[in-house]
Parts: sequence; structure tokens; C-alpha cells
Amino acid sequence: MSAFIRIRDAVKTFSTRGRGGALGLDTVLALDGVTLDVERGEVVLIIGPSGSGKSTLLRSVNRLESLDSGEIWIGDDSVTARRADLRRIREDAGMVFQSFNLFAHMTILDNVSLAPRLVRKVPAAQAREAAVAILERVGLLDKLDRYPRQLSGGQQQRAAIARALAMNPKALLFDEPTSALDPEMIKEVLDVMTGLAEDGMTMMVVSHEMGFARAAADRVVFMDRGRIVEQGKPEELFSDPKEERTRDFIRHIL
Amino acid sequence: MKDKRVAAAISGVPWWLVLIVGLGVIALATALADESYRVIFGAVARGFGVTMTVAVVSYAASLVLGLGLGLARSSGFRPLREVSTFYIELVRGLPMLVILYYIAFVGAPALAGILNGLLAPLISAGVFKAFSSRSFDFATRAVLALTLGYGAFIAEIFRAGIESVDRGQVEAAYALGLSHSQTMVRVVLPQAIRNVLPALANEFVAIIKDSALVSVLGVQDITQIGKVYAASTFKFFETYNVVAFFYLCLTISLSMLVRALERRLKRESSQ
Repeated sequence: MSAFIRIRDAVKTFSTRGRGGALGLDTVLALDGVTLDVERGEVVLIIGPSGSGKSTLLRSVNRLESLDSGEIWIGDDSVTARRADLRRIREDAGMVFQSFNLFAHMTILDNVSLAPRLVRKVPAAQAREAAVAILERVGLLDKLDRYPRQLSGGQQQRAAIARALAMNPKALLFDEPTSALDPEMIKEVLDVMTGLAEDGMTMMVVSHEMGFARAAADRVVFMDRGRIVEQGKPEELFSDPKEERTRDFIRHIL
Repeated sequence: MKDKRVAAAISGVPWWLVLIVGLGVIALATALADESYRVIFGAVARGFGVTMTVAVVSYAASLVLGLGLGLARSSGFRPLREVSTFYIELVRGLPMLVILYYIAFVGAPALAGILNGLLAPLISAGVFKAFSSRSFDFATRAVLALTLGYGAFIAEIFRAGIESVDRGQVEAAYALGLSHSQTMVRVVLPQAIRNVLPALANEFVAIIKDSALVSVLGVQDITQIGKVYAASTFKFFETYNVVAFFYLCLTISLSMLVRALERRLKRESSQ
């Protein structure tokens, strides 16, 4: 039985818009041949210095970024095929962003029920009911009719998780979900994420939250300069890293 | 304490507005008292409907055109982007008066020719009469010219609005599986339009003022009627006072509405 998310030799370059950018001279190799499997129900934490390619890797899984070469599969669906069914891929893999990205002109309830209505054609009343249930699960039942700007950062991120959950995704991608939060709000978001992990959600999480790593991660992947340097169980990787670069990095974040 | 409050109240008064309203009231009172002003008022007022019709119809049409061009300008499809940019830069580089002449005397015959070509079978079957440039009266040509001109300005406003929406909003919509057009209609445009609402409303004030240009085509708007009246009675001073009065009543009251709108939007977004 093959893994649920399969990444094979992913390569991605960005051309920066500096001098020579138009000629393709200023390019940054964001992903330099990454191969990674994520099993169904597994929680994989991706760590690494900024610019190591971890966000790019995550954004390639639901094709917010297109690879230069390599292949990615979610279940039986190819993400990287030229005629990939983007709608289906994005239904399968929901995403949570660093800056929440809740729709600013909609209430929390509309934020959560919009995609089910538009993409899955769920009738409005039914979508609303489902959205209320999900918002209750993340503890926002009293904020249904509020706008994103009226919520704290932690509440906004929980609403964003609810919005992703409303599509019944088979996997969730978290791109630094707590980096924009004040310290006292981090826990409420991590609690929701830990709950999802316990319920068996397949998760890829770009984050440096050690607490979450210890509580919920099955595996930690360390990336540097577009490559996976080392991976392993959280306790092993954090206490006894094999590679020099991993050791350096972990010393810095602990 | 009390003095401070009085001082604050006085400095908070928009004196420019007090002056304008005062002058307006004086002008109106004089007009009602003076027989010749009363006649001029009555005469110029006949152009009010034409001015408003030209402004409102051109504005509505240029909103539609501008939205289309603005969407094309920020489209991911390069040919659309190039064509709309070409149009916008061309039109924005021309004086509105030249656009007006151009549409009236070059565009109208060309349009008649195109329509005759397209509808040739129907015309020869006798369903329509053949078009000539006279099929379009000058008011129609004026509206067309203002629409084409303002469409380009308004397109740039829409484009700025679309670009003002955070990229993260689009990514979130895509990540949820929304299509490009669903993302545009449900996520980007509502926020974009809200951001540029005051700028769009200001274009209406501008189009009211530029509608005076249609007088060069002989369209009977406020300016044209005033011009003809003044020339025939030699009451230039009184007539142009009245003409200015009409425009100021429209533009200043609308500008104030725009400001109120701006304040409301600002308050809402800071809640």
C-alpha cells in the first residue's frame, strides 16, 4: 500500500526580479529534489531555516505553486499532471495560512460555508448547518456573525481551520499557522490542531512549535537549501540529530 | 473649559462650505427677486434634464465598460491584458474634447458603415433601413464619446481596486477549490469595489462637469442653452452666473455625499 501523499524529486526555482531577472540569471532553487511520503493519518512537521523551501514544498502539494519537475500525488490524483483536476486536489488537501486569509468582507459563518456551497454545491441551509457544527468544534459558536477584523488572531486562525475543515479534506496543510500570533493565542490554535491529529487527520505542518511537535507529530522533517537533510521521530531528531546542520538549527530554536 | 469647547466648535466649522451655501442662498434670493434672473433660471433649467441624462447614461455605461476593461487589464491572459492596456493608454492620452469630436465626426460614420456591413442581409430584406451617420443624433454620439473616454479612467480605478485586495485572499479562495471566476466574483470584486467606491463616485462628479463639453455638438444641455441665451440677450454676466450655480449645486452636494461615504467606509472597516 503506497503512501497517501507522495512527493518525488520535486524541483522548483524562482526567478527573482532583481538585476538580470528578466534574463533568468537571478534564480533561487527553492526545492532541489525533494522526495517525501506522508501516510494516511500521519502528522508530519517540517522545520528548517527561512528560505529552506518548506513553505514552497507545502504550497506545491495543493498546487498553489507549480513544480519545474518531479511529481506529487494525493491518493490516486496527480497534482503535477498538466491536466490535473485542481478542484479535486484542493478538496482533498485543505490549507491554513500564516496570515489566516479569512475573507474580509464576509462573516465567519459565510467564510466557512462559502466553499461548500460554491464548490461542492451543498444547499445553503445544509452548508450553514454544517458550518455551525464545525465552528462549534473550534469554539467559535458565539462569533458566527462577526467579521474577521472583529476577532483576535487566535480566533481568526481557528475560524480559518474551520473553513478548511468544512470541505471535508482528507489532508490539511498548515503553513506556519502560529507565526503571526501573539504568544498567549498560540495555545488555543495548537489545541485545535492537536485535536485534529488525534482524530486521525493527515497533516503536513510547517512550524517550529516544539510543543506541538512533541504532542502530535509522528515525524519531523528538517529541510535546508531546498533539500531534506534529516528526518525522524520528534524525540530522536530533537535529542540526537545525526547531521551537523540539523544540530545547529535545533540549538537555535530550542 | 467652556472657551476651549467654543474654540473647538468654531475651528471645526467647514468655513468654505458656509461661504458657498451663503453665496448660494444670496444668489437664489436675488434670482427670485429679479425678473431677468428669473427668466434666465427658467431658460437654463430646461437644460438640466439633458445634462443629467447625458451624465447618468454615460456614467452607467462607462462603469460597465470600465469594469470589463479593468478585469481584462488584471487578467492572467496576456492578449486580453495587452488589448485593454492599449485601449486605456490611447484614450487617456487624448483630450476629452478631441474624443468627442472624433466620435461625433469620425466614429459615427464608421459605426454606420460597420452596422450596414453586419446587417446587410437584414437591410436588403427590408427589416431595417440602412444606417447613415444621421441615424445617431448628437446626444447619442456625445454619450458614446463620454462613455469611451470615462471607461478608460474607470478601468484604471477598478484595476487599482483589484490590485488593492490582498494576494492572500485569492490564495485562500484557490486553496478551497474556487475557480478563477468564482474567486473574482465572490472574493476579489466585492472587496475591490468597496475600496474604490469613493473614487468611482468622484468620477460621477467629474462626468457631470465634462458633460458640458457636449455643448460643442449643439446638444441642449445647461451650458449650450446658457451660451445661446447669453449670445442672444447679451446678459453674459447673469447667464453664466446661473449656469455656474446649477453645476455647483450638483457637484458640491455630490462631493459632500462622497465624503460622507468615505467616512462611513472608514468607520466600518475600523470596527
